[in-house]
Amino acid sequence: MAAPDDHELPARPRRYGRGVFLATVVAGASSLAWGKPVWSRISGQIGGAEALVPLVPTGGWRIYTVASTMPTFDPTSWKLTIGGLVERPMTLDYDELRALPRVNQISDFHCVTGWTVNNVHWGGVRLADLLHRVGPTAEAHGIQFVSAEQPYVDSLTLKQAMLRDVLLAYEMDGVPLAREHGAPLRLIIPEMYGYKNIKWVSEINLVPKAEPGYWEQLGYDQDAWVGASNGYGQKEVRS
Amino acid sequence: MSRPTAPGYVRRFSRSERVLHWVNAAGFFVLLASGLVLYLPSLATAVGRRPVVKDIHFWAGIGWVSALVLVALLGDRRGLLRTARELDRFDPEDLRWLRGRRPAPQGRFNAGQKVNAALTAAFVVLFFVSGLLLWLGERDTSFRFASTVVLHDGLLYASVVLLVGHLYLAVIHPATRHALRGMVTGTVREDWAREHHPRWSGSD
Repeated sequence: MAAPDDHELPARPRRYGRGVFLATVVAGASSLAWGKPVWSRISGQIGGAEALVPLVPTGGWRIYTVASTMPTFDPTSWKLTIGGLVERPMTLDYDELRALPRVNQISDFHCVTGWTVNNVHWGGVRLADLLHRVGPTAEAHGIQFVSAEQPYVDSLTLKQAMLRDVLLAYEMDGVPLAREHGAPLRLIIPEMYGYKNIKWVSEINLVPKAEPGYWEQLGYDQDAWVGASNGYGQKEVRS
Repeated sequence: MSRPTAPGYVRRFSRSERVLHWVNAAGFFVLLASGLVLYLPSLATAVGRRPVVKDIHFWAGIGWVSALVLVALLGDRRGLLRTARELDRFDPEDLRWLRGRRPAPQGRFNAGQKVNAALTAAFVVLFFVSGLLLWLGERDTSFRFASTVVLHDGLLYASVVLLVGHLYLAVIHPATRHALRGMVTGTVREDWAREHHPRWSGSD
């Protein structure tokens, strides 16, 4: 039983309902200014939302696609062609791709919509190495990646493509790239937002100039530097 | 306003209150289902058709909030305003109830239901604003914030926790699940009302 003086609280009802409502709305709206840094600190310590909610195995990833179905990878018929303005055009099947000199890399993956996956372990081929094999001609200043997910396409400048941590990745976190992550091959350019990290790469063409890709035709920046493009941070000229 | 009720029953919820509740519930479930397809990699892979699911999610969100506003405007406005005032006010018994002290005789809504209503209303506003920002941000960089997606996800987790508690009390917990009848038919047993909501006259 409660102490009798509990009943001697002021009899006038308090308007706590609107207080709870307004406090929640204000806290939520203000989180637009602090949500991401706070959440990345927390999730860095506990290992992501699935540590709290084991039923939700996202691994921090969201799967963004633009076509009605995801491409299916068939190892027996899959081919990668590298052509356009090159001295030595190439066509690789999956075994030939896996036989190329392999690099391992740990890098963060940033999506332009705000989510980030830290310390992803990639295995694949350095794009610069592959470009040395095919030999871009003097007119080639852009490189176009065609996805098997039509009509997704995007390009880098040749200079961007030669950055040391730009990979064509066929492994993620120790296993062959999963279908939803672009099996069997995706581009990884950690300095740029996810939409430049083309999934299901099936064709690479050296071209005179980098052309706007799928999302860029819808208004996204062609040079998608993390933290310095698409309305984030100071726009700077890096290429 | 009150229509005849069966003997031994009292009217707890008006038609407008019930329509508002079920419109909110239906909209939430459509948004939850389509949202999970967009959010969970396994479901996204199994379902595919992301552009279509995105459209469904977006228009369900617009429809959800529009329907809530329409019910509030076209329904029993004065009755709903009265209900809002009821939910707003926490008297000393409510505060005792929240601190876990018993007995703390409750009115038509207990203090937990009042908190639930305030949080649910706040979540609707925040879901709508953050969802709209995600949609606009895809079209114009000035609406793009790095934390919008964190807010929208956080709301998902918070509202599912709230929903699980709500469903447990409304469907499973033997002492309280009779309340579901009130939200479906409008009326509840008089003896149940006297036990759980003794300070509610039952005359509304």
